[in-house]
Amino acid sequence: MMLDGKVPEGPIEQKWDQHRFRLKLINPANKRKYRILVVGSGLAGASAAASLAELGYAVDCFFFQDSPRRAHSIAAQGGINAAKNYPNDGDSIWRLFHDTVKGGDYRAREANVYRLAQVSNAIIDQCVAQGVPFAREYGGTLENRSFGGAQVSRTFYARGQTGQQLLLGAYSALMRQVAAGRVRLHKRCEMLDLVVVEGRARGIVTRDLITGKIERHAGDAVVLGTGGYGNVFYLSTNAKGCNVTAIWRAHRRGAFFANPCFTQIHPTCIPVTGDHQSKLTLMSESLRNDGRIWVPKNKGDTRPPSQIPEAERDYFLERRYPAFGNLVPRDVASRAAKAVCDEGRGVGPGGLGVYLDFAEALERLGRPVIEERYGNLFHMYKKITAEDPYREPMRIYPASHYTMGGLWVDYNLMSNLPGLFVIGEANFSDHGANRLGASALMQGLADGYFVLPYTIGDYLATAGKSKVDVDHAEFAAAEEQARGRITKLLGIRGERSPDSFHKQLGKLVWNHCGMGRNDAGLRRALEEIPKIRDEFWRNLRVTGTADTLNQTLEKATRVADFLEFAELLVRDALHREESCGGHFREEHQTEDGEAKRDDERFAYVAAWEFKGDGAVPDMHKEPLRFDYVKPAQRSYK
Amino acid sequence: MTTKVMTFYGTSVGKKVVMAVTGFIVFGFVTVHMLGNLQIFLGPEKLNAYARFLKGTGAFLWAFRGVLLLSAVLHILSATQVTLQSWAARPEGYAVRRYRETTYAARTMRWGGPIIGVFVVYHLLHFTTGQLHPSAPHFDGTDVYNNVVHGFQVPWTSAVYLLAVLMVALHLYHGVWSMLQTMGAAHPRYNRWRRFLAAAFALLVGCGMAAVPVAVLAGWVRPV
Amino acid sequence: MNFTLKVWRQAGPEAPGRLVTYPADDISPDTSFLEMLDIVNERLIAKNEEPIAFDHDCREGICGMCGAVVNGYAHGHERGTTLCQLHMRSFRDGATIYIEPFRAKAFPVIRDLVVDRSAFDAIITAGGYISIRTGAAPEANAIPVPKENAERAMDAAACIGCGACVASCPNASAMLFTSAKLAHLGLLPQGQPERFERVRTMVSAMEQAGFGSCTNHGECEAACPKEVSMDFIARMNLDLIRASLKHR
Repeated sequence: MMLDGKVPEGPIEQKWDQHRFRLKLINPANKRKYRILVVGSGLAGASAAASLAELGYAVDCFFFQDSPRRAHSIAAQGGINAAKNYPNDGDSIWRLFHDTVKGGDYRAREANVYRLAQVSNAIIDQCVAQGVPFAREYGGTLENRSFGGAQVSRTFYARGQTGQQLLLGAYSALMRQVAAGRVRLHKRCEMLDLVVVEGRARGIVTRDLITGKIERHAGDAVVLGTGGYGNVFYLSTNAKGCNVTAIWRAHRRGAFFANPCFTQIHPTCIPVTGDHQSKLTLMSESLRNDGRIWVPKNKGDTRPPSQIPEAERDYFLERRYPAFGNLVPRDVASRAAKAVCDEGRGVGPGGLGVYLDFAEALERLGRPVIEERYGNLFHMYKKITAEDPYREPMRIYPASHYTMGGLWVDYNLMSNLPGLFVIGEANFSDHGANRLGASALMQGLADGYFVLPYTIGDYLATAGKSKVDVDHAEFAAAEEQARGRITKLLGIRGERSPDSFHKQLGKLVWNHCGMGRNDAGLRRALEEIPKIRDEFWRNLRVTGTADTLNQTLEKATRVADFLEFAELLVRDALHREESCGGHFREEHQTEDGEAKRDDERFAYVAAWEFKGDGAVPDMHKEPLRFDYVKPAQRSYK
Repeated sequence: MTTKVMTFYGTSVGKKVVMAVTGFIVFGFVTVHMLGNLQIFLGPEKLNAYARFLKGTGAFLWAFRGVLLLSAVLHILSATQVTLQSWAARPEGYAVRRYRETTYAARTMRWGGPIIGVFVVYHLLHFTTGQLHPSAPHFDGTDVYNNVVHGFQVPWTSAVYLLAVLMVALHLYHGVWSMLQTMGAAHPRYNRWRRFLAAAFALLVGCGMAAVPVAVLAGWVRPV
Repeated sequence: MNFTLKVWRQAGPEAPGRLVTYPADDISPDTSFLEMLDIVNERLIAKNEEPIAFDHDCREGICGMCGAVVNGYAHGHERGTTLCQLHMRSFRDGATIYIEPFRAKAFPVIRDLVVDRSAFDAIITAGGYISIRTGAAPEANAIPVPKENAERAMDAAACIGCGACVASCPNASAMLFTSAKLAHLGLLPQGQPERFERVRTMVSAMEQAGFGSCTNHGECEAACPKEVSMDFIARMNLDLIRASLKHR
């Protein structure tokens, strides 16, 4: 089946305006009669919940942490892009659009990306008005910095805590609506299933993580802003709680999963030190503004970095990509780092690391400037590694960071299941096969503040009012299944903890479906994953009971879904016989090791349909047309 | 207006402001008291004349005493209320507790206050009304100089006074800094001086107060 | 490295709790404190015992989810550090480590080291925002903000809402948390219209939640993983005084 993205007709710069005009509206007095269930309270979820409530809808917001402010958007460091062109360096909506489509390696939907660039400026206005303390020039105006994949400075930032500040802004807007009585918060509450009634998403089943109570919630539409699935690799820069459950359960209920193999491996993370490690820590991309990446020229050079003379260092990014240098996009930088480590030139324990060196910047700018720009990152690095980056270069290595894939949505951010909207990282979105730095925050807030509030109204107006009660048979069935799964997990009484399975799965997926992928490895993973899953359901041990706070049980439910999802991820990677963005198939590369796209065969979105446990999923294609940015081999040379 | 005051007082910040203002009044009194005391070093005539002057102000003296008493009552009332609030705020304590920043002075405010209160009662019975003075029941309120010297010649009495002075100084140290913080007297440029100011003030008042019993015990000031 | 842990175990909000001793042997100095707990928990599961419940999420010191009182210090003995960023190398080999939940009436224990910090959300709900409708914002550069103010606002906004200030305060006061949010918004021109109403409502919500009073010990600032300054408390006090003097 060919999927229709429902992109409006007309010239690209007018599509969104004209579409908004055509969207049906709901009378202000009627809005409160519609209940919208928003799952997730990150940038996308919180901004959507706040904006919808402001419009007058009755909103319920669910999140598994203890406060909406904990959502993982908070950990974004570097910044948020917008086409303000404040530095007067030639930026424009067109350029942001162009950079994003190119950065995504021509696998994104043009119209979505253009809209994203269009609303980017309004996001900055909104955040400033909310009190987000962005960095300022001495004159009091906003300051910008550069990020990967762009030759203009368009990134707005609040020290190294931009995500935190933007989330606190969205959180405060949300709490204002809570105070107004228009949003009900459901804290420590995890979505276990989606309820579909007569083909429409009409509710969710949740578990209260404190009491273990399984609850049914009905609404007129369901919005998922539940983030990405980067934790499928176990070790990633995601928070420990990030999981695929919400979108995977929705997928099992009929929502198509698009491009799962597009995962982003971030080049600048602190390398793994041992088996005890529970997560990897990102060092913001902004560091690449002033830090230079290098490895020794010679294999097995174990001298400390300070004793390696300039002539024996290989600044491989500057060498290979003179135009963009250290600021090439993430996928390119990650692969280049992997390549030099594979050659045996990596540094640090295990040879899995490259240097990110600030010596030159410290000399040029002085320590106070570096401290002001990156102080908290340097501090964090020192905390974790016990090494002082002011004195010796940082050691970094790529790690799983973001997932471009997600549930398929049309131009209105609605999945193929009517009434199910997916926003932020949870959808397959606007980033194609690779996301540019500082664009995730932009997309999450664009979806939540400026896109969904319009498009959801059109759906509700079209679908009309029809009350569904939580006593409906579909709700009862979904609750029964959720309860059954939990009982089953508790009843296995095997030997191994959920974490041990998660680690095993993560290692397998990282090795075969990580930075480099090939046919044999992917096939091997496809064989191995079901084996791990089998053992999981035979040999899992979940201590405790279902009616209290039980973190082992929480992990078990999430790992169970990762074990199902991982297979789809690998299957998608296997089918996509080309390299593009974060998806690098070793069989498909140019002579100098760059990703080789195959636009003839793969210029489409692969949207997978669940066909039942053990059955091979169906793939649907949404063809991608590029009328404005002509696909070319990406060059950052 | 009344409701506004009560709403403000209803917050712990409001109570603290009352504590700060009344504390300021009492500290002001203590400072003047200390300066008055030091006249003992100028001889019996000077001191006794000063005492006669104070007693001669009549209604003014009683008004002053009234303000002082009211301040003390409000100070104690607000302190009791915030203390009870704080105790209620942590019903279950820690098995292991360590501090980094707080001072001995800050942690002793709550039992230093009551001790000072008890001392003040003793002090009044000792030097003002005389019931607890060594010369009781023939205490002569007009000869302040000799009363003080005789009083302090009893070593344990001086010891009690010195201990009380120490408590007052500690109370002052944390009190002054705390008052500045509570009244919002903060400025990034001058903040580091606030602690210094409080310490200097406490030290000055403490030394001034301690000087009299020490001088008597050392025999520098003798009865006439 | 080897350690002896004394961990607060409490099965539920109403259940009685106690300190239980666990060995934590053979721990790499490079593990973080929470990873050490992960290891202990894995071993507990292997023994078919219930693992220690503790809150955590980002593990990079920004989400504010983690926190416990370790050897008498909220987030442990290192300054400017969340529990997830504390590493075992900073402990003495063979040390006995006491791990207790953040304690305050306003933070009831849910289980073991997990506490309910909803009171913080209640304080924010009472006024910790600038009332601006989505889409109603003026051009971002229309409101110049002096760099110095923006930086100070950012100093206050760095608060991660972990609750260490409350846990470490001898009075279990939430003044540092509340004042940081007030300072963040009150230092910016955007925050001026609601500045005095905000201080009234937020302080009132703070009092209602059952936090203690501030007696200026300074333990909050010392425990704060983001080193938020208690000068913001002075600022809040002044704002509240000014708000109370203003005609409504």
